[in-house]
Amino acid sequence: MIGVVLAILIVPLAAGVASFLVPAPVGKGITIVSGIAAFGLVLALIPSVSHGTLNYFTYLRADAVSGIFLLATGFLYAAVAVYAAGYLKGRTERYTRRFYLGFNVFAWAMLAAPLMGSLALLWIAIEVTTVVSALLVAIEDTDGAAEASWKYVLIASAGLGLGLLATIFAYYAGSQVLGTHFNLGIDPLIGAGSRLPKTPVELAFLLAVLGYGTKVGLVPVHTWLPDAHSEAPTPVSALLSGALLATSFYAILRFYQFTAAALGSGIPRDTLLAFGIASLLLASLYVFGQRDVKRLLAYSSVEHMGILAIGVSFGAPLALAGVLLHVMAHAAAKGSAFMGAGVFTVKYRTKQMHTMRDGMRLLPWSGPLFLLAIFALSAFPPFGVFRSEFQIVDGGLGSGSYAAAAVLVVLVTIAFFGLATSATGMLLSPAPRSADAPTHAPTGASPGASPDGRQSPGHAEAIAAALEDGAAVAVRTREEPSQATGSLVSGEPSAWMVVPVLAGLAVLVLLGVHPPADLTNLIAQASAQLAGAQPRGTP
Amino acid sequence: MNAPPGIYQGAANVIAALMLLLEFGMLRQALVRDQVRLYAAQSALISVLAVVIAADRNLPDLYAVAALSAALKVFAVPYVLRRLLGSPAGDEPPGVAGSHTLSPASAVLVCIGLAAFGFFTFGSLGIHSPQAPELALAIAAAMVFVSFGLMIVRRDVASQAIGFFSLENAVSLAALVLAAGLPLLLETAFLFDLLLAVVVFGMLIRSHHARAESLSTADLSRLRG
Repeated sequence: MIGVVLAILIVPLAAGVASFLVPAPVGKGITIVSGIAAFGLVLALIPSVSHGTLNYFTYLRADAVSGIFLLATGFLYAAVAVYAAGYLKGRTERYTRRFYLGFNVFAWAMLAAPLMGSLALLWIAIEVTTVVSALLVAIEDTDGAAEASWKYVLIASAGLGLGLLATIFAYYAGSQVLGTHFNLGIDPLIGAGSRLPKTPVELAFLLAVLGYGTKVGLVPVHTWLPDAHSEAPTPVSALLSGALLATSFYAILRFYQFTAAALGSGIPRDTLLAFGIASLLLASLYVFGQRDVKRLLAYSSVEHMGILAIGVSFGAPLALAGVLLHVMAHAAAKGSAFMGAGVFTVKYRTKQMHTMRDGMRLLPWSGPLFLLAIFALSAFPPFGVFRSEFQIVDGGLGSGSYAAAAVLVVLVTIAFFGLATSATGMLLSPAPRSADAPTHAPTGASPGASPDGRQSPGHAEAIAAALEDGAAVAVRTREEPSQATGSLVSGEPSAWMVVPVLAGLAVLVLLGVHPPADLTNLIAQASAQLAGAQPRGTP
Repeated sequence: MNAPPGIYQGAANVIAALMLLLEFGMLRQALVRDQVRLYAAQSALISVLAVVIAADRNLPDLYAVAALSAALKVFAVPYVLRRLLGSPAGDEPPGVAGSHTLSPASAVLVCIGLAAFGFFTFGSLGIHSPQAPELALAIAAAMVFVSFGLMIVRRDVASQAIGFFSLENAVSLAALVLAAGLPLLLETAFLFDLLLAVVVFGMLIRSHHARAESLSTADLSRLRG
């Protein structure tokens, strides 16, 4: 398996460099091949990691828990690589080359993180994801993108500064038992268990939750997330939400493992429960107030990260299995939802939901698929998120966490109403008649603007912008009358943007109805690893 | 009565205290070129501490870390920052001076409070050993809080970036005190990761400067999190 592990670490990086050097159409092909190859390599790795831990060259390591996160990232990398081929249509050569360079390197860093056998290298991989993805958020070169990328890189890097401090304390704790040449290996740290000194371990865990939690998007350190998800190109938003947040959560899980082994599961579970409830509560309320479809999905991501944290806090093997399934199901569902939303932003040239109407008619494929993705995110059967959340709640009830389980169910239901209200408005509300069509064409409708329509104000803002820009807005409005919803023609912007959403939904049905036996084994093994790190009481 | 600290402990404590003072200097300085100088001085102290620890504990790897850290943080990063932030005429870039959200005196007072909180909180945890002087660790924690304060009270991208880099210095101080034996490979990887972060911060600062013709973050208020 060493060849497979090395290939996972080499292929996306090589694809990034190659796609920057060759013409854009070739780079597109290279990226798609790399995405599919990486996913294939991850699939090839699964049977091995289901049966034990693989260790290579001291610093490379893969086990069942790694396998779960590799699967989520690998699938999204492949799906979004295909999607990007349609999304980037019409972009300049320079933009496309830079995009593919950043995109592949970003995917490489996310695939590398779960393969790191040392907490130090894990931190480095996650820091690399931050700096690369910050550049991808900024790539649109708009005011919003520049602002979002600066806030993202500053807040996330500061958070990771705390993550580094957590890593230092983990080293200190480990070196007290394992000697000063301890290399922050995950296995020795877990193995040291109750021999680890308690205070440094507690401190390491709390700092890790706060530090890596910043990248996960846990409340109250989530503030970069809606902005970055909203302003990034949609393929990047899909990777940020579906894969990056989970990869950062993976780091928390590793700290959780050795903390639970050292202290018992009380402190880590209580900590995660507090952050999880706060995240779920805030996100489920905030989804109601959103006007921007990508911000809506970003808050949904905060909600789902809260569910993961609560699931781990339940501690029961069933809940942990649900959490691991949820990582994969959320990646597929959120990736599909973002990719579907991206089709809408291209079609309507705005991100504002109140200007998106009649989606079912205007987007005969993407409309229904987006609705299904929203249902999947809202944990409707038969999708995988239903199964995973059901397991988490069942595990919570089984472990006696009745109040937390009840709160989870209530808040998830509230979030469902928020998502459903917004999505059905976009899809089922009839388009205004031409005479009633908005007189303010979204500013993103200008010919050189990005398909995301980044600067698409509401009516009041449009008036304010008109006062500032004078005739410019009026000219744009006259030049782009076809952007009024009522005059849009039914049809999909690109087949490349439909197929990956279909694939995502197919995966969700598979996860919900009948997960493959290999996957079931993988989840069982991974949840046993996580649960095995929890002694019954404090040692 | 406690025994007096040895050479290593005394040096670590003094260097940590000097680094904290320089952190306050960065907070107080109005001009970005002075902030960069203070950052370089703070980074030089980190390298000196690494040499002291290497000699005291016979850890030859740390000499390499000290040299690499000095090359990167004392010379390369300040050079890159000066190149990015300097105008052809050598003027101070607009938007840095006067970017305090609080008056400088108030900012310093608030950060003294933060430093005291960090110092006493971490100092009371009892994490220490002959190799890990408690005082230096508590000062590193105080530096972490002050660097966060710096990022919060200054409304310009240059000061915020320098706040982040000094946060990294604070973590480096904690790492030298607590984790001096960390393998050279990992220490080196940390430093190259810092270099990558500096490049990306620099690119974003440059982009912001070109767009806003100022380093001020006053215009970065459209997105609300």
